[in-house]
Amino acid sequence: MSEDTQKCTIVVFSGDMDKVFAAFIIATTAAAMGMETTMFFTFWGLKAIQKGNPTGTGFFGKMLSFMNRGGIDRLGPSKFNFGGIGRWMFKKMMADQNVTTLPELLQTAIDLDVKLLACLMSMDVMEIQKSDLIDEVDDVVGAATMIAEAQQSQVQFFI
Amino acid sequence: MSDFTVESTLDAQGLKCPMPVVKTSKEIKNVSIGGVLEILATDPGSMADITAWTKSTGNELLKAQKEEGVFKFYVRRVK
Repeated sequence: MSEDTQKCTIVVFSGDMDKVFAAFIIATTAAAMGMETTMFFTFWGLKAIQKGNPTGTGFFGKMLSFMNRGGIDRLGPSKFNFGGIGRWMFKKMMADQNVTTLPELLQTAIDLDVKLLACLMSMDVMEIQKSDLIDEVDDVVGAATMIAEAQQSQVQFFI
Repeated sequence: MSDFTVESTLDAQGLKCPMPVVKTSKEIKNVSIGGVLEILATDPGSMADITAWTKSTGNELLKAQKEEGVFKFYVRRVK
């Protein structure tokens, strides 16, 4: 990377299908436009980069996993989910419009070398281990690492 | 008018945002520096988006036109 390479940092706080979708559209586009792009997944955002296996060590952690197991294909929309019917509907509407699917966007981001970072503190709270996250996650870090990335970035997002 | 020769063609027809731009960014790497990439797209947003992409990446948009519902772009790889 040359020194005039621009950077883009996206904090993904939401685990909602529609918001994560927006985050990945922005990430893949920024990377395609030659920007060094970093996505920092925190709290509900972790759901997008989980493998989808049951997680948790204590009662609450296990309950959380039972209610929402995570995985890019299991995310529900922020509105009109109706216990999964909304997710099915949006997937169908997107497919009808030939819009790229969320798992494909994740793979595209990985192919374009988008850096995927996971928030350690949220992982501790939610009882999620590094092994519960997809292998492509580059690192498990804290807020300072994200801020340092954002400081170097010309474009920052919080989704 | 066509004082350049197309080195390769990317068919992005039927693809929606952001895939025409994403595919263009991948395909341009297979074109030699100074070479011209032709991009075919049907997404109306690609007119603004491919133009923005060439500006941001420093590549040169030689020509953009619409022909029978298909947008055709000719981009010279600069670096």
